[in-house]
Amino acid sequence: MRRSSPGSLRRAFQPWNDPNAKPLIEFRGVTKRFGSVTAVSEVSLSLYRREFFALLGPSGCGKTTLMRMLAGFEQPDAGEILLDGVDITAVPPHLRPVNMMFQSYALFPHLSVADNIAYGLKREGLPRAEIARRVAEMLALVKLDGLGKRRPDQLSGGQRQRVALARALAKRPKLLLLDEPMAALDRKLREATQFELMDLQSELGTTFMVVTHDQDEAMTMADRMAVMDHGGLVQIGPPDVIYEAPVNRYVAEFVGDINVLEGKVVAVEGDLVRIETALAGMVELDEEAPALSIGAAVLVGLRPEKIDLSHDEPAQSFNKVAGEIWDIGYLGDVTMIQVMVGGDSGRLIKVALTNRTRRAARPFAWEDRVWLSWDIEAGLVLPR
Amino acid sequence: MSAPAAFAARWSRLVVAVPYLWLLLFFLTPFAIVLRMAMSDADTALPPYAPHFEGFATLREFISKLDFENFRLLADDALYWDSYLQSLRLAGQTTLIALAIGYPLAYAMAAAPRHWRPVLLVLVVLPFWTSFLIRVYAWIGILRPEGLLDMVLGGLGLTSEPLRLLNTEAAVLIGMVYSYLPFMVLPLYATLEKLDRSLLEAAADLGATPVRAFLTVTLPLSLPGILAGAALVFIPSVGEFVIPDLLGGPDTVMIGKVLWNEFFSNRDWPLASTVAIVLLIVLVLPLALLQRARLA
Repeated sequence: MRRSSPGSLRRAFQPWNDPNAKPLIEFRGVTKRFGSVTAVSEVSLSLYRREFFALLGPSGCGKTTLMRMLAGFEQPDAGEILLDGVDITAVPPHLRPVNMMFQSYALFPHLSVADNIAYGLKREGLPRAEIARRVAEMLALVKLDGLGKRRPDQLSGGQRQRVALARALAKRPKLLLLDEPMAALDRKLREATQFELMDLQSELGTTFMVVTHDQDEAMTMADRMAVMDHGGLVQIGPPDVIYEAPVNRYVAEFVGDINVLEGKVVAVEGDLVRIETALAGMVELDEEAPALSIGAAVLVGLRPEKIDLSHDEPAQSFNKVAGEIWDIGYLGDVTMIQVMVGGDSGRLIKVALTNRTRRAARPFAWEDRVWLSWDIEAGLVLPR
Repeated sequence: MSAPAAFAARWSRLVVAVPYLWLLLFFLTPFAIVLRMAMSDADTALPPYAPHFEGFATLREFISKLDFENFRLLADDALYWDSYLQSLRLAGQTTLIALAIGYPLAYAMAAAPRHWRPVLLVLVVLPFWTSFLIRVYAWIGILRPEGLLDMVLGGLGLTSEPLRLLNTEAAVLIGMVYSYLPFMVLPLYATLEKLDRSLLEAAADLGATPVRAFLTVTLPLSLPGILAGAALVFIPSVGEFVIPDLLGGPDTVMIGKVLWNEFFSNRDWPLASTVAIVLLIVLVLPLALLQRARLA
């Protein structure tokens, strides 16, 4: 099932939709096995110049292996990897115009910050003055001026991360790989660093590929992201498409929270789809060019923030269901309410309410009988 | 400082005092006795030396009689100079050869699959389970004319006549490298095994060839292991007595052998003690300087 992106969230930068755009990186049917385990299976993927791409997936899904093959640390068992149209599959890592920022940072402990940044430049055989100039430039870029003489063990975690970034960027690679770049930072620093990284990327125009298991990180930074599972790419697209139009239940549940209801297609009229669900009766939703046949068994996905909660029964005749509040989780910005629908042995539906007023004014309490309702733009269809 | 902190500080000082006391008793005291001996005169009595010091009353007299006569004797006699130099040279050669063999060995062990490493470690330590003396004797059987080595080389048609290795300096080197190699391999293995592999990947990623990555990352990071291994091989090699005695010829005069001769053949304890103290100074001074350089 293919979907196009919701119109209102389209961005100007979309080389992947341009048939004339030449990809910077191309994976063609790449497979990698470790013994009997297939880490990456038949992955084909194109990255474009200046793109910020995120590979998202749970640990063990093959995202790190895919990245390591791009850096040259692993050899694919089948398929080929192209950079600027040239096959680099057999090129050893030290000859690839690709640099990587390691999850552990892998800073050389016996070298100063400046020497760490200069390491790659020295290997290029650049003149001394040019190296010094570029090291100073890099230190300024990551806001570490004056710390060039320090050893890595004399720096904080956040500073070490910047040194690793500066070292990887110093050679001006065509592609920068970032392996879980924020994993070792605390939450506040992580948010700030995410935006700094995005600024840096648009300033330098380097193509970035980041591997992460953190969906917030991927969605914040990436132009496009790929969701991986069991060595394969499940869906590739801009974050809003992945979130609002996931191709299957795995993607829908991995990226964000979602309530899933089983149902059967009853009617398709233009973009309008009617689905009869066991739990919530008739559900109507708006789907762009749906390719659904009457009677098909499908899943209806409802994101928690797209559901309304009320004490009185809504006027609409569909897209509503009654239930009882079982749990209220106060998270500060939002409150997650779990509503039991379909009697005591029914199903818990998650509803997210934005806390627009102070706590005392909130109208819902445990064991309240409430109505859930949602717009026809809220639900999405997933294959069963 | 609060009362518990003061108590803890006093207690910790007491704990540290125990090893210091141990060192004082079993290292410094014997050293003082040897030093006193070195500054005494030889005698044919039992014990075969004449102590100048027999009580606090004679302290003045004792100090006035202490002299550096033996040290002067040592400095003037070319025999001692030559044997010190030969010992240092042979120990240096032993250390270099042990490093040349031990580094690749330790590197291969550290790179071996994880489940193989304990086995390889046991193999390195295995020779220690038999007597050192017996192993050196075994080398006589290997190196002597018509011995195991000659038989193998002759049998392969590589040599037509005996090598005559036994009782040469080469035999001493072989014996010392063999005996002290584990002391080089173990500290090297310990540092190489700890080396973070992602550092080598980072070096490759930044454009370093495998050789360059070794020279700029692996080698400098294994320097502590190299220094420890070199010290562990060099120090006992300088004073080595058994190996040159059993495998060496008349022209290998190492200081350990000279010491033995002075002590037991010539019964000149003061001179033997002097030889020992000079050896200690020769070994301790460079090590102390090295330590200072590392701390600086």
